[in-house]
This record gives sequence, C-alpha cells and structure tokens, in this order.
Amino acid sequence: MQLFMQQLVNGVVLGATYGLVALGYTMVYGIVQLINFAHGEIFMLGGFGALFTYTVLLPSGTPVVLALILMLLGGMAVSVTAAVIMERFAYRPLRGAPRLAPLITALGVSIFLQELVRNFYPAKSPRPFPQLIPPDYLINLGGGVTINAPKLVTVIAAVVGMVALSTFVRSSRTGRAMQATAQDPDTARLMGIDTDRIIVTAFVLGASLAAVSGLSNGLQFGTVDPRMGALTGVKAFTAAVLGGIGNISGAVLGGFLLGIVEVMATQYAPSPLSGGAWANAWGFVVLILVLVFRPNGLLGERVAARA
Amino acid sequence: MHSSRIVRIGAPLIIVGALALSSCSSKSEGSGGGNKTLTIGVVAPLSGDLSAVGNGIKNGVDLAIKQANAAKTVKGVTLVLDAQDDTAKADVGATVAAKLVAESSVVGVVGPLNSSVAKSVAPVMASANLAIISPSNSGVDLTGRGALATGATQTRPYKSYFRVCATDDIQGPFAADYAVKDLKVKKVAIVHDKKAYGQGLAEAFAKQAAADGATVLKTETINPGDKDFSALVTKLKSESPDFLFYGGEYPEASLITKQMKSAGLNIPLMGGDGVDAADYIKIAGAQANGDYATALGAPTDKLASAAQFLTDYKAQNYKDPADPYGAAAYDSANAIIKALAKAYGEGKTGQALRDEITKEVGDSNFQGATGAISFDQFGDTNNKVLTVYKVTKGAFVPVKTDSFK
Repeated sequence: MQLFMQQLVNGVVLGATYGLVALGYTMVYGIVQLINFAHGEIFMLGGFGALFTYTVLLPSGTPVVLALILMLLGGMAVSVTAAVIMERFAYRPLRGAPRLAPLITALGVSIFLQELVRNFYPAKSPRPFPQLIPPDYLINLGGGVTINAPKLVTVIAAVVGMVALSTFVRSSRTGRAMQATAQDPDTARLMGIDTDRIIVTAFVLGASLAAVSGLSNGLQFGTVDPRMGALTGVKAFTAAVLGGIGNISGAVLGGFLLGIVEVMATQYAPSPLSGGAWANAWGFVVLILVLVFRPNGLLGERVAARA
Repeated sequence: MHSSRIVRIGAPLIIVGALALSSCSSKSEGSGGGNKTLTIGVVAPLSGDLSAVGNGIKNGVDLAIKQANAAKTVKGVTLVLDAQDDTAKADVGATVAAKLVAESSVVGVVGPLNSSVAKSVAPVMASANLAIISPSNSGVDLTGRGALATGATQTRPYKSYFRVCATDDIQGPFAADYAVKDLKVKKVAIVHDKKAYGQGLAEAFAKQAAADGATVLKTETINPGDKDFSALVTKLKSESPDFLFYGGEYPEASLITKQMKSAGLNIPLMGGDGVDAADYIKIAGAQANGDYATALGAPTDKLASAAQFLTDYKAQNYKDPADPYGAAAYDSANAIIKALAKAYGEGKTGQALRDEITKEVGDSNFQGATGAISFDQFGDTNNKVLTVYKVTKGAFVPVKTDSFK
C-alpha cells in the first residue's frame, strides 16, 4: 500500500508538468483551433530563460527566494517574447489559410527554436541547472510516503496555474472576451472585441504557464537541454487531448491521469510489457480507450468552459 | 570511443592540411642518404573537436618512427610519416584511406580514432591488404565480434585490420567481475535505455554477475530523453538492491543516480564508458560520489611499461598530450615497424611487401608501452585492458586496471 501511494505521488508530480504545459495547448486550440506544436519549445525556452537569468544576470549570493522570483520573470520574458513573435510572424499571416498550413508552420517553428537554443548554448549535452530548492529535502506525507521539495513546488504550481487561469477566463472582462472569441470569432469581432489582441493574450498566458513549468522542471531535475521540449510537448498535447482539448480543467486532469498511468505501468504492468520503456505505450492505450468512449476527451463536452 | 562525433570542418582546411603534410614528407625524403624511403600513414582527426586526441595518435606514431630511424631498426630504409586528417567523418576517412593505399611507399597505417570512421577505412585498406592498426576502435563489428553475442561464429570482415585496444562487449563482464568479486555486491538491479550500446552492455553485465553468484533483479528499462525516474526509483527501492548497473549514457545516468539518492536509496551506480564523462559529475553533483564507470584501456601514467614512452614523448615537446591514445598509437606503429623490418629483410617489395607485413603484424609478439602486443586470428588484441573508475570528491579516479581474460 505504501508502495502504491508513493507511486501515486510520483504520478501526480509527473502529471503536474504535463498539465501545466497542456494548458497552453488547450487554450490556443480553444481559441484558434491551432495545435501549436511549438509550445513544447516555449516550455524549453522558459527553462533556458531562467538559467540565463541565474548564470548571467544575477550576482552571486542573491537570496534564494528573490533569485527564484527573478528567474521566473526571466523565463517568462523569454517564453512570452518568443510566443508573441511566433504568433505575429508565423501564425497570424496564415489565419485564413487551410488548417494544414499553420500546423506545418508550427512544426517548423518548433525545429527553428530548438536549433536556435542549440546554437546559443553550443553543447551536445544537457546543461546543469542550479538546485536552489534542495532535491534531497524530503517532506513526509504520512505512512512513509515522501515527496521532495522541488516536486511539491511543481504540483502546487500546476494547481495554482489551473485555478488562476480558469478564474481569469470565467470572471475577468478579457476572459469573457476570450470565451466569446472561442465560440464565434466573427460575431465577437462584430461585438467590438479585438480578436487579434485576444489571440495574443492566449499565447501570452500559455507561454507564462509554460515558463513556470520550465523553471520547476529545471529545479526538479537539475538540467535543461534543447531537446527537453520535444518529449514534454508531445506528452502535454496528449494530456490536453485526453482531458478534452479546449478545456482548461481537462488539460490538468489529463496531465495527472497520463502521469499516473505512466508511473503505474512502470510499477505494475505485467512482463514483458513492464518497465519504463513501455510506460509511454500504456499512456497511449489509455488515451485510445478514453477516445473510444468519449471522443471529445474526458471533459470535452462542456464547450462553454472553453477558452 | 563508442560513438562517432561530428566535427564541422570545411573542405578547404583538409586540402590545406594535406598540402602541408605532403610538403613535409617530401622534404624529409632526401634525408636517408641513399636509403629507400618508406611511409607509415596515420588516419586520425587532426582538426576540430577531437584534434587533441587525434594529434596524440599522430605524435605517438611520429615518436616511434623517429626512434626507429635513429636506431636503424629497418636496415636500408628511412621511415617517414604521412598523417591524414579524417575530420572524424567516415566519408573523409574513406577518401584519405584511398590516397594512402594508392601511394606505393606506404607500408602500414595507424588509426583511425573512431569506430564509425574505421568502418569505411578498413575495407579500403583490406582491398590492398595494407595493414592498419587502430589504437582506439572499440566497435565490436570491426573484427566480427558482434556475432559472438548472438552465439554465431565470428568471421573476420577486414583481413588487414588490427587493433590494440579492448572492445565494447567485454566492458559488461569486466564490470560484473569487479562488482561481484571486488565490491562483493549481493543483489544487483539492472537498468538500460534499450539502445544497442546500453542494452548490450547491461545484458552482458547481468549474465556475468549471475554467473559470479550475485542475485540479479529483473531488468528495468527507460526511454532515452526521460527525466523523471521517480517511478523507477520507487520500484527499485521496494526491491532493496545493493548495487545498480546502468547500460546507457550519462545524461540519463546522472539523473537516475541523483534521483535515487535523493529518494534515500543510497547504492552505487555503475556504468560503462558512456557514463565516464565530466558532465556526469557536473549534473549529479555530490550525489555522484561513490559511483563507478568502466573505460577501455588504462591511464598511461599508471602503467609501469609506459614510463619510458612518457619520458620520450615529453622530450619531443609535442603540443598535444599523449593521453588517451598516444601510447597505443606508439605500440601500433612499432608493430608495423617490426613487421616491416622482417618483411623487408626477406627482400620483399611492392604488393608482396604489404602482404608480408600484414601477415607479420598478425604474428606480433612484443612488450609495448601499453603491455604485451599480440593479436588473435580476427585482429583483436590478446591484451584486453580495462579500467574501473570511481567518483571520488567530484572526479573519476582509477581504482583498478586489469586485463580481461
């Protein structure tokens, strides 16, 4: 039982990163029906932005809390700038084009950003990331089940991110404009909503959350590398589809579910389909099963909650 | 070097390098005083990321040639060096190999550094039966050893290819012997990344560890590129092993050891030369201490037999260090020189000389800087030296060097 609970905690932590990144996929999809495959790279840029802030901009001996805040802001600045430029120059000109065009563009942007960072940090290897929150600081959750400090931060960030985002979309004026744009962009424009601005807002919000995730990922594992966005991006996209793409709570729920399935598969899947190598396969088995019975994903029906 | 590295270098540089080298060799030709001039070739990366290692090889050969000329080892012959830059690329390697083969004065070649380059160089050499000895190739297929893992019969693919270093496939058994016999571990967990290198290494380790009497837990696998290994770590912890062997490379290995120790599972991780990297320690930090990695060959300054070589190497004031493969290159060149001395003494010339040298290299038996030099029927060295390194105070420190039997 202790083993099961510990693996459950591991799954929730793994899922928290997927969920935070999935929020960006789901929000952009909800508004412009674009699967922004470059979003994984925005997550990666957040990690590198935070690392750059720490290694280049911060004087040594900066208090940890202040350093973390500044790293978060640095990461966000890089992620958001990249997302805004990407939207303006890669996606906006293709707004009226057939759907396949922006999709291919997204893949191109993704490769471009990866190579850009690879040239900026010319190393084949992962780069060490400062361990400001000690990973061997274990918090006992009772019954011998533990979680370390950076992981706890990741989970809290995911939940706070989801709650803040859905509150914003539900209650704020901009949020309601986002909902309107999602439901019917033409009518929204007729009602005086600047839809271009709303779309940029969705990219900015998604990029900010991805930057949070990039930072917490760096803190958790102590490395960042230019390829980190590719795998996490695919997983997060899967989580968004699992939860019902376009649905904010669904993205985080999908993330948690995917993380838990992967972890449980590592522990309990029968041989020869066991072990971490098969965890991804089990994740997709669950995705297919969910889509068979609920084609719109777990929470995909509540179209009103789209943003 | 189990993996090939890509070195970016423009074609103009290669041409400039080749011109510079050819002018060198033509200058030294007349110096024999009526003697016949014969050439020993080198194929190694002399520019780019790996140039320091490649130049160490070139210098090792240069030293052997200078000593042979001074001692008149080959009567009536002045030896010269023709070093070709393969830029660590297979296609460039094939081109410079063809150039060496076409030059009739070339009687033997030392190199290349990378196994991937050797795959395109060795067939060219074999076509002219020109002896080539690599100081560093560890890829199993170059001597047909790959067949052994599947239980098939080993056949030699390149008849004139030899190497003086150990191969990838014996790292696993060597590591297992060290873990079980020297460290006395009882219950071993095995993890690999499913790639050819990692899986092969882990399976060989598991087999030997079980044969040595340790309990081997069911093999776990991961995906290269993964970062969160907490599920794996939790599972391992529940099985309470006292040792972990990882088949794969350092980016994942460093995260596994860190997450394992953070979660309170304080057992050493051991890996192959894919883990033996400075970045392993940089990423894992203090938690890398106590971990192990094996590597092919031996640190030259720890070898009693290499003391004279190191003194002589230093006396030449070469720009690049002898390590890691200078001593092995020196031995390789000496194997060719000894074979040449015999073959030339029998009055052989032209293709007959090359044929005879290849045959004589196969029969080599002498004490070199890296130990005894002799080859089996497939071109592999009989002296398979490996070293175990332990992470101590943030650095890989050699703890045991031994020949694998």
